[in-house]
Amino acid sequence: MTAAVNPKKLIKGGLHDWEVVIGMEIHAQVTSRSKLFSGASTEFGGEPNDHVSLVDAAMPGMLPVINEECVAQAVRTGLGLKAQINHRSVFDRKNYFYPDLPQGYQISQFKDPIVGEGEVLVDLPEGETITVGIERLHLEQDAGKSLHDQNPTQSFVDLNRSGVALMEIVSRPDLRSSEEARAYVTKLRTILRYLGTCDGDMEKGSLRADVNVSVRKPGDPLGTRCEIKNVNSIRFIGQAIEVEARRQIAIIEDGGTISQETRLFDPGKGETRSMRSKEEAHDYRYFPDPDLLPLEFDQAYVDALAEGLPELPDAKKARFIESYGLSPYDAGVLIAERASADYFEAVAKGRDGKAAANWVINELFGRLNKEGHSIETSPVSADQLGAIVDLIGEGVISGKIAKDLFEVVWSEGGDPREIVESRGMKQVTDTGAIEAAVDEIIAKNPDKVQQAREKPTLLGWFVGQTMKATGGKANPAAVNALLKAKLGIE
Amino acid sequence: MSVDATTVRRIAHLARIAVSDEEVAPLQGELNAILAFVEQLSEVDVEGVEPMTSVTPMAMKKRTDVVTDGGHARDIVFNAPETEDHYFLVPKVVE
Amino acid sequence: MTHLNELTLAEARDGLKAKDFSATDLAKAHLSAIEAARGLNAYLLETPERALQMAEVSDAKIASGEARPLEGLPLGVKDLFCTHGVITTAGSKILEGFQPHYESAVTHNLWRDGAVMLGKLNLDEFAMGSSNETSAYGDVVSPWRRAGSDTKLVPGGSSGGSAAAVAAHLCLGATATDTGGSIRQPAAFTGTVGIKPTYGRCSRWGTVAYASSLDQAGPIARTVRDCAILLGSMSGADARDTTCADLAVPDFEAAVARGVKGLTIGIPKEYRVEGMSAEIQALWDKGAAMLKDAGATIREISLPHTRYALPAYYIVAPAEASSNLARYDGVRYGLRVPGKDIAGMYENTRAAGFGREVKRRIMIGTYVLSAGYYDAYYVRAQKIRTLIKRDFEEAYASGIDAILTPATPSAAFGIGEKGSGDPVEMYLQDVFTITVNMAGLPGISVPAGLDAQGLPLGLQLIGRPFDEETLFAAAQVIETAAGRTRLPTAWWA
Ligand SMILES: [Mg+2]
Ligand SMILES: [Zn+2]
Repeated sequence: MTAAVNPKKLIKGGLHDWEVVIGMEIHAQVTSRSKLFSGASTEFGGEPNDHVSLVDAAMPGMLPVINEECVAQAVRTGLGLKAQINHRSVFDRKNYFYPDLPQGYQISQFKDPIVGEGEVLVDLPEGETITVGIERLHLEQDAGKSLHDQNPTQSFVDLNRSGVALMEIVSRPDLRSSEEARAYVTKLRTILRYLGTCDGDMEKGSLRADVNVSVRKPGDPLGTRCEIKNVNSIRFIGQAIEVEARRQIAIIEDGGTISQETRLFDPGKGETRSMRSKEEAHDYRYFPDPDLLPLEFDQAYVDALAEGLPELPDAKKARFIESYGLSPYDAGVLIAERASADYFEAVAKGRDGKAAANWVINELFGRLNKEGHSIETSPVSADQLGAIVDLIGEGVISGKIAKDLFEVVWSEGGDPREIVESRGMKQVTDTGAIEAAVDEIIAKNPDKVQQAREKPTLLGWFVGQTMKATGGKANPAAVNALLKAKLGIE
Repeated sequence: MSVDATTVRRIAHLARIAVSDEEVAPLQGELNAILAFVEQLSEVDVEGVEPMTSVTPMAMKKRTDVVTDGGHARDIVFNAPETEDHYFLVPKVVE
Repeated sequence: MTHLNELTLAEARDGLKAKDFSATDLAKAHLSAIEAARGLNAYLLETPERALQMAEVSDAKIASGEARPLEGLPLGVKDLFCTHGVITTAGSKILEGFQPHYESAVTHNLWRDGAVMLGKLNLDEFAMGSSNETSAYGDVVSPWRRAGSDTKLVPGGSSGGSAAAVAAHLCLGATATDTGGSIRQPAAFTGTVGIKPTYGRCSRWGTVAYASSLDQAGPIARTVRDCAILLGSMSGADARDTTCADLAVPDFEAAVARGVKGLTIGIPKEYRVEGMSAEIQALWDKGAAMLKDAGATIREISLPHTRYALPAYYIVAPAEASSNLARYDGVRYGLRVPGKDIAGMYENTRAAGFGREVKRRIMIGTYVLSAGYYDAYYVRAQKIRTLIKRDFEEAYASGIDAILTPATPSAAFGIGEKGSGDPVEMYLQDVFTITVNMAGLPGISVPAGLDAQGLPLGLQLIGRPFDEETLFAAAQVIETAAGRTRLPTAWWA
């Protein structure tokens, strides 16, 4: 299948335009209390070698026993990726020597992974939606950690992460720009967080990406790819792809060829460099782990897990558009995090969805971002924000006062209705009081009255003056109507 | 199939076993004797036969997701040739 | 009067119960016999303090009427079983000084039942060998000698220390492991009884791995009954070993007296291998006759893929071993030899730490798993394993209850006599035992007579999966009919 090439996504070389082709292997740490094959804790951090069992340290005679929750998490994730769930999968050993790999092999799934083909729908900022194919998802062990900077001649090895369960999620080479790649990882992270199968915390290494990048002239077969290992932020993924694509283009346009290799992205220098230690040709000698039987389960097991799944981002987005009348963009913003979506729904319940979305996205998110709060630690609760929206809807306060009220609730807390009452923030709907203010302004500004009759846009100035005079409490609709009548503007 | 000296060295490196020049020839001879011995397997018709994955038919036992281990770093590094602050020490690794 | 260490395990158990002697007496008798027999090199490590301590506890238990099933019975432990706080080497320099902070499931079960540990027994390095000549800590010498000769003989392997110690009365019984014949072949060479139970009967947790899909623990003892008693304690479900069966342990000792009346014993024609000695053939016929006399039906059967078991084993076992032994890298325990960088450290450590046979098997295993060879070697071998297992399944489906074969192609040979040039010469030692591991079945080796030179010969019985009981019953018939072999006088003491 050759999809039409979007010219906007091409990279300009010195000689012609290039298409970048990207595929990703995401390593997502499975959310579980204990490790994939041992009872040691998966908790982040800890004293060196404290979260380590005899199995993780590969003591002689130790045997792996699989954690049933990690299996369930992989199946849930497969369901979330609309993927084929394999009722029989096999754990293989991937053999190589490395000091943070105590067994001398990683237990992984090679030929028969637990999850097969699936897909992820990715919304791009311009409103385009692309489908990224998932090739497979398999379970495997994480390695330990080597620290290289403690000592000039030695590395320090800590096995706390050794044996933690990872899901390796392999995409097809369906991505065509760094922007698409970033959007894909963002979406995948959202799905995993909805499912509760990976916390997606890239700073703690819960989500790492190996990015395969190649370039070609549009329409040509795939070029030789380079794998950029272990990129650990979405921003760096974008940067790494950009610099790697440009590096490859420069080489090819110079008459050179790309050699397939593993590279590292250096964010400080803004470049990728070859990983010397991994250069040597590997021969992993995969074979089924004889300590483990094949992993088998039936459809009833899968069905039960499917039943327990939460509503996923795509379905939620569609529902928000459908039942709250939101724009796809607003719906997309709200569903990016499950907590935000839940918050929005709590505000929107029994109220105008659009108004609720507006307040959540523009006021609340804006303020949360500014203060570095997350939705979970928002000082304004959904109930409080809902009350503010109600007060506007009921005409008790104006939109402007509502913003002041929001500030009060944010910093002082309290019941919005009571605050409005006790601080006299109610808007004035008594036309008599408004009329008095309007009359005074008209009387004081005869020249402006004259101008307004010729240039009706000056009405805004009069509205502003009236609001000012009433301390912002006048009902804007009433002010407008009165002014129009008195100024004779239609 | 049989192995030559280069292959012997390659396998030894894959297996991380240092072999001296004098060891290569005898190792090559011994490995080839074993390979010649197993060569007879090629006469067996294995068409459609499933490779054995477990010798006793049974379902794989699983653990529940609870923390039952850890907290004994001192035991973990007890036998290590070189340690510091409960870390294992190895010759510096360059990436 | 026989010395206390010359009693059978069952006799010693009954003597303790009758308070004819104390557990401490029994332990001391063994400890002094061990001291006197150091020339056999059967024990790598003697643990007299621990033995006496455990015996003391046993005496207290017996006195208070709380005796456990193996109370006060002194045993030797193959040094492949990790023992808490007691150095465990697997017969390798690479684990020199390794002190586990855990106890293997099998030995744990024995101590739970009141047994007393005498020490750790010599073995072929990482259980790779058929003569106990690959141990980094020296050869084990068999207590047996050819009539009129003082040539030192091998005890067989890899559980050579276990077999020699049991034969020479240096323990009442011993733990052993069997990956291709390592219990049954040394038992046959030393006139002792050894059973490799069904794969999954004993937990592998805490036993140093050689080839995971083939390794099984089992006992070596002087009688069939003693083996049954020991296996009853050693086996049982273990949540820490995914391949260990969740089955209740039958009363193996009760099965010993069952007899074979009404059973059908298969004689596989493919075991009549080319060049089989007349002596082995005669022994085999004799064994069949004993079972027939006891009421069994003897029937010839065919196990057509038998001859492929040994070559398939020498792909599967080294492949698994090459991976299982990757953890010996000088980082977390054992030997470390410096190198110019990390890879150099690995290579030097493993070159110095592993012996020749182990390196050979790691190399073969690495080769057969490497890119381009995996399907041709490993996958094909595993398919042949399926065929070997199917042969047995068909035999059992046709009404066969157990299968009788010779245990070894010959009696024990002299130290240094075999396999120095061509490793395959040594590998052929396991030609009768290896099929059983490949198919995961139980197999027992029981002494059935002496050869012309006065050396013990054994017969093997192979059973259905998890039907060790029938093997004990049939082996007892042979033991009773053949009479127990008599060890020559203790020339080593
Ligand atoms: Mg990868
Ligand atoms: Zn991976």
